[in-house]
Amino acid sequence: MANSVSTREVAGDLLVKLGHEYSDLVVVGGDLNKSTFANKFQAEFPDRFFDFGPAEQNMVSVAAGLAASGKIPVVSTFAVFGTARPFDQLRVGVSQSKLNVKLILTHSGLLTAEDGVSAQSIEDIAIMSALPSFTVIVPADGPETEHAIKASLEMNGPVYIRLSRPATPIVHTTDYDFKIGAAEVMREGDDVTIVSYGIMVNESLKAAQELDHQGISSTVINMATVAPLDQDAILSSVGKTGLIVTAEEHLIQGGLGSMVATLLAQNAPAPLEMVGLRGYAESGKPEQLLKKYHLTHNDIVASVLKGIARKS
Amino acid sequence: MSVDGSSLLEIKDLARRVRIDVLNMVAKANSGHPGGSLSETDILAVLYGEVMKHEPAKPDLIDRDRFILSKAHACPGLYAVLAETGYFEVKELDTFRQIDSRIQGHAHIKTPGVEMSGGSLGQGLSFGVGVSLASRLNELPSRTFVLLGDGECDEGQIWEAAMSASHHGLDNLVAIVDRNRIQNDRWTHEVMSLEPFADKWKSFGWHSMEVDGHSVEELLSAFHTAKQTKGRPSVIIANTLKGKGVSFMENNVDFHGKAPSPEELSKALEELGE
Repeated sequence: MANSVSTREVAGDLLVKLGHEYSDLVVVGGDLNKSTFANKFQAEFPDRFFDFGPAEQNMVSVAAGLAASGKIPVVSTFAVFGTARPFDQLRVGVSQSKLNVKLILTHSGLLTAEDGVSAQSIEDIAIMSALPSFTVIVPADGPETEHAIKASLEMNGPVYIRLSRPATPIVHTTDYDFKIGAAEVMREGDDVTIVSYGIMVNESLKAAQELDHQGISSTVINMATVAPLDQDAILSSVGKTGLIVTAEEHLIQGGLGSMVATLLAQNAPAPLEMVGLRGYAESGKPEQLLKKYHLTHNDIVASVLKGIARKS
Repeated sequence: MSVDGSSLLEIKDLARRVRIDVLNMVAKANSGHPGGSLSETDILAVLYGEVMKHEPAKPDLIDRDRFILSKAHACPGLYAVLAETGYFEVKELDTFRQIDSRIQGHAHIKTPGVEMSGGSLGQGLSFGVGVSLASRLNELPSRTFVLLGDGECDEGQIWEAAMSASHHGLDNLVAIVDRNRIQNDRWTHEVMSLEPFADKWKSFGWHSMEVDGHSVEELLSAFHTAKQTKGRPSVIIANTLKGKGVSFMENNVDFHGKAPSPEELSKALEELGE
């Protein structure tokens, strides 16, 4: 797992490639195109790229109009600006009409350079998964980003793909089957099910290795599609292990943690521990932020041990 | 643009039937927005009766002109003109705001002929920018007409859209503002000053025109001028009367979002010669 690649860079290059395959693919940007790498599409297809400046409400409704006219618009900006600011435009203009708009947003979660709390998109999964028509995907690494973007263009309907700023370790070393809405079981064990997405998948795999040394065997599930949630995969796994730990770079409230809690309470109550954010953060370097806000493999290990103690 | 006398009469008759439908729909539903539907009626009749290329039997016609109702609460007017021009049967208007209906309380794309789901103000002009960009990319002659409310122009997104439409040189886009001077609560000048309104649009790079929004002839002429205008979008500020055509609804803020009683309905229909 030595190789790392930034998912935003993967997306920037892939959009250029897909631009040649999909003549209806267009990109709308919001004056952050150097950071999202949408500028690569802009350079290759200047007639199919539209900049709207930092005016995200307009961008999203324009994308809706493009989609209603048969285009496949990709909205490209930062996660925090592309979800929270134009929420009403996404709700009424895209979700309620089930329009074929793809939000490919970068700089999600805590890791936004040292930009601090205003730039940290930690509510986006809660608000986007609250929109019934939207598919929400958080790729774990570069290869999964490619799969997710390609699959999103193959389906007709609104999709949000949540990407990261810094380089992310590659966890998929060989090719694999990616399917929107299907969880990926990355390893199987008997004592605990660890469910995560995005950058926390790598942390979950590291935690599982650590737990191996302590004689605890873990199932690790990559829940790249957060909405709609692959409920069967979770229920089936927790039926075997009897314990779930969720891990996410997002608020627990409205995130995977509370989604899994709802699912378990309705179907198969079992001990649940949740690794994730409980409030706002601050400026800092990635490793400092992840450590201070308890988003490392060590925090996952601690939660698993806590859960094991509750099992009995 | 010149049309012959019989076409003018047809447009005016279409407007009369739309007004009657609006009143019947809103009265039957006992809710809805008659005031802004009556103020926009002549604009709709001119667009659907003469200006726009559209085929009611083929609502998805690829090179159709698009009409987008941004002030989506004034959907009774749109539904009526769609029904009267053949998108669906006039009797379906009776299902307005009822359960299981295609005719929703605010414009929604489930209704044949409705291009955009709305109901939250300020989004239609941006949507129109997207539609116009797509038409241009597809090298289609299609034109996009977006109807805005004047109170709706309080929304900041309208001005984001206005800036972007002129930046992208969208001369296939026409905005019409139903300038009836009354919004939900009060007169527009009491809620939020819009003037100098035409100058605002000009300063955003638009070709700005002002007409009597109840004059079929003036509207036709303005749409013709908009078509001749190249390199920038056009806006037609249509000065109208809220509740136009029904004496006790005209300039009456109470009928922004209130249905007439059965007695008021009879009186209104009588005034419209029904």
